[in-house]
Amino acid sequence: MSRALDRRRWTRFRRGVTLPVLLIALWFFATHAGLVDSRLLPPIEAVLRAGRVEWTEGALLQNLEASLFRNLAGFAIGSTLGLAFGMALGISPLIEKLCGPLFHGLRQVALLAWVPLICMWLGLGEASKIAFIAIAAFVPVALNTYQGARAAPPQLLEVSRVLLLSPRQMFRRVYLPAALPSVVTGIHLALIYSWLATIGAEYFMALGPGLGGLILAGRDRFEMDLVILGVFILGLVGFALNLIAQFAAGRLLRWE
Amino acid sequence: MAIAELPLPIARYHAPRRSRRAWSRAGLGLLLPAALLAFWAVGTAYRLFPPQVLPPPSLVWDSAVDTFRSGKLLSYAAISFYRVVVGFVIGAGVGLVLGVAMGLSRTVDDYVRPLFTAIAQVPNLGWIPLLVLLLGIGETLKLTIIAKAAFIPMVLNTADGIRRVSPQLLEVARSFRFSNSQLLRLVVLPAAVPSIFTGFRYGLAKAWTALVAVELLAASEGLGYLLVWGRQMFWMDLVIFAIIIIGVIGFAMDFCLTRAETYLQRWRTEPEQ
Repeated sequence: MSRALDRRRWTRFRRGVTLPVLLIALWFFATHAGLVDSRLLPPIEAVLRAGRVEWTEGALLQNLEASLFRNLAGFAIGSTLGLAFGMALGISPLIEKLCGPLFHGLRQVALLAWVPLICMWLGLGEASKIAFIAIAAFVPVALNTYQGARAAPPQLLEVSRVLLLSPRQMFRRVYLPAALPSVVTGIHLALIYSWLATIGAEYFMALGPGLGGLILAGRDRFEMDLVILGVFILGLVGFALNLIAQFAAGRLLRWE
Repeated sequence: MAIAELPLPIARYHAPRRSRRAWSRAGLGLLLPAALLAFWAVGTAYRLFPPQVLPPPSLVWDSAVDTFRSGKLLSYAAISFYRVVVGFVIGAGVGLVLGVAMGLSRTVDDYVRPLFTAIAQVPNLGWIPLLVLLLGIGETLKLTIIAKAAFIPMVLNTADGIRRVSPQLLEVARSFRFSNSQLLRLVVLPAAVPSIFTGFRYGLAKAWTALVAVELLAASEGLGYLLVWGRQMFWMDLVIFAIIIIGVIGFAMDFCLTRAETYLQRWRTEPEQ
C-alpha cells in the first residue's frame, strides 16, 4: 500500500518537474546559443545576479518588507470589517434588505477602477494603498461570511430560539460555526486578492518602497533581469500566502 | 445516440413571481443608496466637500451626458467590449481544452499542474510589466493579459468538474458499453457543465478586471483610459462616472451569464444522494 503510494508520488513528482525543467533548459540553451535577444530574455545567471545584487546592496529586503507590511495591514483591516459586515448582513434580515443591494452593486466595480478615486481622495501615500488593499480583502470576506451565516440550518435556529439563547450565544453557537467554512474560503480569497491589490497599489501609486516599484523601475530602465526577478518573487510570495491559508484552513476546519 | 433518447429527469422551471414583498424589499434596498445620494447632493450644495474632491451629482450627470453625446462613451465601450470578448474567447477556449484534458487524463494533469499552479501564483498585474517589455503596449498585450486572466479559472473549474463526475453515472455508462466519445458527450461533459459555467463566470469577471488593469496601465482608448484621463485632468466627475459605467457593465455581464446558466440548465434536477 505505502509502496504503491510512494511510487505514485514519485511518478507525479517526475512528471510535474518535467515541463519546468524543460522550459528552464530551453531558456538556458536559447540564451547561450544566442537565439534570442538578451535584452528581451536575459540568461538565467543574469537574473540570479540581479537577485544577489538587489539582495546585498539594493533594497530587496526593504522592498519586500514594505510590500508585505502593506499587504497584511490592508488585509487585516479589510477582512475584519468584511467579517463584521458579512455577519450583520447574514444575521439580520433588516440590514440585509437595507445594505444588500448597495453592497452587491458596489462589488461589481472592477477592483482597480477604485484606484483613481482613492488616489484623489487620499493621495499617493501609504493610507491610500492600505485603503485599496483593504477594499480588495473586504469584498470576498463579506460576501462569503454573508452567504455562510445565511445558510445557518433553520432547525438549529429554531432550537436555539426554543432554548432562549441570548443573541451572543446564538452568534457563538449557531451562526459562527455555520459560517466558518465559508468564512475561511473568504479569507483565503482575501489573501490572494489583497496580494494582487498590493501589486496594483504599488503600480498606480508608485511612491515609496515596494516590490511593484522594483518591477516598474526594471521596466523603465529596460532591465529585463530585474523584471523577471520581481515577477518570480511575486509568485513566490503569492505561493507562500496560499500555503499559509491552506494550512490555517485545515487547522480551523479540522472538525468538519 | 441522441441526447433526447436518454431519459433525463425534467423539472419544470418556474420563474419566480414578483410579489408585493419583492417590491417592498426593493424599496428598502433603495433606501440607503437614495439616502447616500441625498447626502451627496446636500453635502456638495452646502460645500461640505470641495468640488475637486467630490463634485455634485449634477456635475457627474452632466459629464455623463457630455461623454455620451460626443460619442466617446460608445466608442470607448465598444473598444473595451471588443477586447474583453476576444481575449475571453481565446483564454476560455484554450482553458476549456486544457481543463478537459487535465480532467480526463491523470498523466496530463501530472505533467501540467505544477507549472500551471506556478503561473497562477503570480497575480495578473505582475505579468503586465514583463509582457510590456516582450510584446510592447499594443493590442497583443491587452488580449494576452485578458486571455490569461480568463484562462486560469476556466482550467481549474473544468478540470475539477470533470474529475467529480459521479462514479455511479460512469459505472452505468460502462455497463451500457458506451464508447469513449459517447461517454464524453453524454455523461462527462453534461455532468461537468455546472463547473464549466462557474469557470465561465469567474473567467469573465477576471477578464473584465484585467481589462481595467491593462487599460489603466497601457492604453489610449477604452473605458479604463477614461479613468486615467479623468484622473490626469482632475475631472472627478468623469472618474466617478467611469467607475459607475465599469460597475454597470460588469454587473450586466454577470447577470446575463447567470440567466444563460439557469436557462441552459433548466433540464437539471438536483442529483439524488
